Amino acid sequence: MGVSFAQLVIQTLNGIVSGMILALVASGLTLIFGIMDVVNFAHGEFLMLGAYIGVLTFAVTGSFWFSLIVASAAIAVFGALVYLTTLRPLLGRDPLTTILATFGLSLVLQNYALWQFGPVARKLPEPFGGAIELFYLDYPLYRLMIAALSGAIIGGFWLFLKFGKWGIWIRATTQDRVMAQAMGIPVPWVLMGVFAIGSAMAGASGVLFAPMVGVDHAMGFDWILRAFIVVVVGGMGSLGGSVAAAIFISLLEAYASLWVSPAQAVIVSFVVLILTLLFRPTGLFVPTRR
Amino acid sequence: MSAANGATEPLVQVADIHTFYGKSHILHGVSLDVGRGEVVGLLGRNGVGKSTTLKAIAGLVQPSRGRVLFEGRPIAGIPSHKLARLGIAYVPEDRRVFPQLSVIENLRTGLDRAGVTKARKQQLLDKVYNFFPRLAERRNQAGGTLSGGEQQMLAIARAMMLEPKIVLLDEPTEGLMPRMVSQIREIIEVLRKEGIAVLLVEQNVPLTLDAVERIYILEKGVVRHHAPSAELRADAAVIHQYLGV
Amino acid sequence: MNRHHALFYWSGFAVVIALLVVAPFVLPEFWRRFLTEMLIWGLLAMSSDLLIGYTGMVSFGHSAFFGLGMYGAAAALLLVAPPNLWLALLFGLIAAAAVAGFVAYFSTRLRDIYFAITTLIFSQIFYVVIFTWTSLTGGENGLTFTRPRLAVPGLFSVAFTPRVLHWFVLAVVAASYLLLRRITQSPFGMVLQSIRENEARTRAIGYPVERYKIMAVMLSGLFAGLAGVLYALQNEYAAPDFVFFVVSGEVVIYNVIGGIGTLVGPILGAAFFLLLREVLSRFFTEFYLIPLGVIFVAIVMFMPQGLLGFARRWLNR
Repeated sequence: MGVSFAQLVIQTLNGIVSGMILALVASGLTLIFGIMDVVNFAHGEFLMLGAYIGVLTFAVTGSFWFSLIVASAAIAVFGALVYLTTLRPLLGRDPLTTILATFGLSLVLQNYALWQFGPVARKLPEPFGGAIELFYLDYPLYRLMIAALSGAIIGGFWLFLKFGKWGIWIRATTQDRVMAQAMGIPVPWVLMGVFAIGSAMAGASGVLFAPMVGVDHAMGFDWILRAFIVVVVGGMGSLGGSVAAAIFISLLEAYASLWVSPAQAVIVSFVVLILTLLFRPTGLFVPTRR
Repeated sequence: MSAANGATEPLVQVADIHTFYGKSHILHGVSLDVGRGEVVGLLGRNGVGKSTTLKAIAGLVQPSRGRVLFEGRPIAGIPSHKLARLGIAYVPEDRRVFPQLSVIENLRTGLDRAGVTKARKQQLLDKVYNFFPRLAERRNQAGGTLSGGEQQMLAIARAMMLEPKIVLLDEPTEGLMPRMVSQIREIIEVLRKEGIAVLLVEQNVPLTLDAVERIYILEKGVVRHHAPSAELRADAAVIHQYLGV
Repeated sequence: MNRHHALFYWSGFAVVIALLVVAPFVLPEFWRRFLTEMLIWGLLAMSSDLLIGYTGMVSFGHSAFFGLGMYGAAAALLLVAPPNLWLALLFGLIAAAAVAGFVAYFSTRLRDIYFAITTLIFSQIFYVVIFTWTSLTGGENGLTFTRPRLAVPGLFSVAFTPRVLHWFVLAVVAASYLLLRRITQSPFGMVLQSIRENEARTRAIGYPVERYKIMAVMLSGLFAGLAGVLYALQNEYAAPDFVFFVVSGEVVIYNVIGGIGTLVGPILGAAFFLLLREVLSRFFTEFYLIPLGVIFVAIVMFMPQGLLGFARRWLNR
């Protein structure tokens, strides 16, 4: 049972493409966790809602790019609202309450989507056609573009963190919340801002991913599961770690699906998680502390 | 007894505050004040509530009874980031510089405020690099990699970036080599010359006696003694009674 | 507990048991079955409370213990003829214990959030394995089998009619409740609670915290597996759906709604949730989770002690 070189290359590309999108989803999650110790269980639902908003906007405007922007902005606002109403009141309490609250939220959002949009999956058409010829197959160009775009978003955000005034505020708040406040940084706003940004990343991923799969109310769960694994393997709170872990895991899964069914290929990510927990529980890709 | 220049009201006034940590009653009615530009000391054994008093002034701890006034206005309910902008700078015990921010980024956390022109920012930076040439050398180094003394300098320099009216210094000489103590003494002098008030919490009695104008002595959450340092310098017995040194 | 309190408590307990025993004679079959299922979910919720309420570890992986208990029982009932009740119990408990041991080994060294996520992922691992290993587990369709007889060799043999099943379930759940109560009030239980209050201090005092946690997970898993066996007996099939995360999530909901750390609370939480689901689905059909989810979030935010805690404070006024 040979695997041709061509198949390997194709799977490598597939792995990188879904890895980049997964990285975008996981980045939002790890960002939020790093700064306020909150695990947003509803993160997958933010992705799902972003995808739906993208579908709806596209139906009205016919522009993929516009839909991407609208969906990201809408989910950013929605995230801010969720933070203000549900998470901020809970911040002082036991961290498990935020897990429970966001879990409840994810149930509500999932079923709300089911109610509003029905069980039939929607499709978002590819933003543009065209393919590059790879061996005997045409590999869709837009997939490569989506991977590049995810990378650009993450990279852009990393630059923002490194150089902007707000980037310093975010990093300072992540490192020592109390001292950040003592230095005059408006920490409550920073926290809300970060939550909004993280949520927007999830929403954007939803739209980016939508042309590749169907959009339905349950799509969030698979992503949140994988994103959790990525965040743990990559090191909680580490942006670079999440990106590396996301690509690593997606590549492994892509290669695995050459031999087993996709449903079974996910076991690969589970195995990686188990190995990480056994040997390097702080994260496989965590850069060594200076 | 109130501030030395009795005509104007004190910059910071702490009036009979009580604080709790869970069920522990930490401060049992602490009252003190600091006038504009004054350097005041707060002495006491470990665990009497000195740090807590500073935190109450910085807005990091909410007293359950009593009031803290800044420039005559109560600060209850004002979040600490606003107090920092109003002019209260806090330099905590163990410094707490941002470990993964560089020296310049640490300074920027205090520098990047509304209403400060670029020129003024550069001025403040230059001034601080002047006072602390070691920090200038290491400006791009991560805060966490600096030595204890350098971190202390950075913590104080960072506070100065806020252009504060008062700096709350919590045990700045703790864990530092003896020769650094004189450097701290110089820094306090610099602050005084700039017209910035200082409330110094310390365990190092000689430094305190030398650096400050008035001293409050705290014991078990209450102020037990209050005198100008000149008086205390002459009266070793009082010091010995409350601090055992 | 003082004398007066104990008397009140035990008479209350007796009354509840009596009501539950009599129920099958009075209720229409639909509600009788509802009641029996409520007891089973209540047992599952209690098992989870041992971790959440008493040890302070939120597990999102109870569906794995529950499901494996179910499949273990199924295995016994399908592999060994004639189908034997006690063998089913044994297989189910062993399967659940094995899974619990496996999960415990990897997860207990992790704190709070990591533990919750890891248990979730493990339950999904089991779900995927069961779902895809069609030859062993029947895959998507699950396994069907027949109920054994309620038999103690040499003493009696009775068929498991719905009524007999109900009383059997009641007996098992009541016994489990008493046993769990005993455990939580024992020195072991006290250490667990101390871990919940302040793990660092418990460790500093000298307790091998990891070992206690592993014990707690295994006990919790055992009782959850027991619930799985009962469920298999009740419904005569085992399906991967029960290993899916949703079940774990619902269990946590029962715990929080009812009141964690009370054992009784989670049973009430399960009852409340299931009843609410019945009622709400009449109005909202399959979207009952929307209002129910909102209620759940509201309880997390405003009534963190759950219904029981709220009732207690209200009664104490």
